[in-house]
Amino acid sequence: MKKMGKLDGKVFLLIITIVLFVAMYLAGIIIFNSKGFAKPQVFLNLFISNAGLIVIAAGMTMVMITGGIDISVGSVVALACMMLAWMMEIKGMGAVPALIIVLIMGLVFGLIQGYLIAYLKLQPFIVTLAGMFFARGMTAIISQDMISIKNELFLQWAKSKINLPFLGGAVNKKGVVNYPFIYPSVIIALVILVLVFVVLKYTKFGRTVYAIGGSEQSALMMGINVRRTKLYVYVINGFLCALGGFLFCLNTCAGFVEQAKGFEMEAIASAVIGGTLLTGGVGNVFGSLFGVLIKGTIETFITFQGTLSSWWTKITIAALLAFFIILQSLFAKAKEKR
Amino acid sequence: MIRIDTNGSENDSLNGGKVMKKRFLSVLTVAVMAAATILTGCSGTQTAATTAAPAATESKSDAATTEAAKAESKTEAKAGDKKEIVVGFSQVGAESDWRTANTESMKSTFTEKNGYKLIFDDAQQKQENQLKAVRNFIQQDVDYIVIAPVTETGWDTVLQEAKDAGIPVIIVDRMINVSDDSLYTAWVGSNFLQEGYDAVGWLDEYLKKTDRADKDINIVTIQGTIGSSAQIGRTNGVEEKMKDHAKWKMLERQTGEFTQAKGQEVMESFLKTYNNIDVVIAENDNMAFGAIDAIKAAGKTCGPKGDITVISFDAVAAAFDSMIAGDMNVSVECNPLHGPRVSEIIGKLEKGETVEKIAYVKEGVYPADTAAAEKPKRQY
Repeated sequence: MKKMGKLDGKVFLLIITIVLFVAMYLAGIIIFNSKGFAKPQVFLNLFISNAGLIVIAAGMTMVMITGGIDISVGSVVALACMMLAWMMEIKGMGAVPALIIVLIMGLVFGLIQGYLIAYLKLQPFIVTLAGMFFARGMTAIISQDMISIKNELFLQWAKSKINLPFLGGAVNKKGVVNYPFIYPSVIIALVILVLVFVVLKYTKFGRTVYAIGGSEQSALMMGINVRRTKLYVYVINGFLCALGGFLFCLNTCAGFVEQAKGFEMEAIASAVIGGTLLTGGVGNVFGSLFGVLIKGTIETFITFQGTLSSWWTKITIAALLAFFIILQSLFAKAKEKR
Repeated sequence: MIRIDTNGSENDSLNGGKVMKKRFLSVLTVAVMAAATILTGCSGTQTAATTAAPAATESKSDAATTEAAKAESKTEAKAGDKKEIVVGFSQVGAESDWRTANTESMKSTFTEKNGYKLIFDDAQQKQENQLKAVRNFIQQDVDYIVIAPVTETGWDTVLQEAKDAGIPVIIVDRMINVSDDSLYTAWVGSNFLQEGYDAVGWLDEYLKKTDRADKDINIVTIQGTIGSSAQIGRTNGVEEKMKDHAKWKMLERQTGEFTQAKGQEVMESFLKTYNNIDVVIAENDNMAFGAIDAIKAAGKTCGPKGDITVISFDAVAAAFDSMIAGDMNVSVECNPLHGPRVSEIIGKLEKGETVEKIAYVKEGVYPADTAAAEKPKRQY
């Protein structure tokens, strides 16, 4: 009992998220059984369509644990996609060097934002707001046109299906046997997720991240190098944004100014639904994964239903967000009382 | 309800007070009830739809072999004209009147009365949403996927998935750019080149009627967004046919990016540069409205009774109003009513016939003198 008491907030919020996801998914299976909601591929599609968002939400969770926020992520994703498309299609570069340059771009972007936030003590919101405008603007400067990626190696990455026959094949109406499959992007996303989880949970760096979010003052007094930790967090986040952009690009195979608009808000919403506190100190990347999956499930619901306006996705997420922040505030109050 | 119980027992393990526990419970109850309302909201309409669906749409997971399943589905197709055809349609969004008319056309064509069940998805202008929708259509085992693409690019992967599942894909409106043409079955849309031809054809007739056939005619063009298929087709169509008219002169072309404000700006600069403009061609109605404002502001007149002839494209409802008001001379239609054409293609595919890869919709030319009579018949 005592152990549970110590873990209360974090674990409870996470459990609610997972229970909610499972309940929603089961409801989907019951309601849309005749339409094939129960197929394993429907579940796998949540990962395929959201591979980029999973990685970005992991980075966002880390930033939010320190009590910060990053609203530049959507624009950085667009910039990453555009850079990839532009370098490969217009400049004729190979897929590997293009990817490396994009990842370096992410690191540098994170480094600059992190320096401004950690060392010059600027508000994360304002710094990343500037970052958001800058990245979106740069995307348009590179090209206002849509660039389609035709690079063979890149398309090979994007299109190589990894069949999972052990999940059982299904014969569809046309008489075609379909095995459940994923793309390499899903594996990359999950590996990153586990890495971030391990780093946050089992390394000294991870514990300092939580400590700073809990109380920056006490972290300082404990002798933690707050500024450096924060800088690292934003650098890692910048890298994850660029990597997430790459995964996003594997799905869309194009560079385009309007891409990934509002992505930052989806990442923040996923983190909050996953139990991350906006005030910092509490958060779990697996919670954020479930946040992403819940969003994906709602979208799947809407398409399976077939007649509802897809804007209901936004309304449902709004309701969920309201629900989770109310829960969070109740926890915060409970904490104070103790 | 089960959820409340589990969460309740979870609460027991917390060391918060009883009051807190109650508050959690109440919040949870409210939330679960809200979720339940949303879910039943879905299921309410859903049950009706599922019961309406014939048994034929049930997935045949117990089919012994692929061959058997193939044979079975063939006999089914033959047996039933009454079989409901499930069509998944992913639409760009609802950004313009044209788009709304396009959606309405699909919705009114693919009705249960016509033997269809339509699954409609609004992509809210986002390509990633369309990719998700198409993937869900595949899992729902739809018979046909219809896509009005947000973007030309990025379709290779998901269309390959559709092809692997054996589901024919029909593209409407914008063309897509894929490495392999076999990824889609057919494309339905406007013939922008023909629209350009039609505009020149109308102008030719009009000049003959007004006894100006042998006079010098000075033309300016306000182009659409450079590189869009509408801009390319309309510009080239006009240019090609203008070669037959030695007396016509294209003074200048500039882009107005399909917007009214930009169209007005471009026309203002044209009017400052040239004082002998006879005809202005605007590559969509919105830019034509802008041009008309600019012409009026410069103290000139336009329309059938004015100095400058205004030729426009799209023929949206507002264009008819403008023609009735005597400002615009003609609008060449860009028909958004793709539904019947798509339905025709699906009908052919159902019978096992081959279809044309490119299918144009019928489009008309609407001059000002018939505008008042045509307006009530227009659906958009």
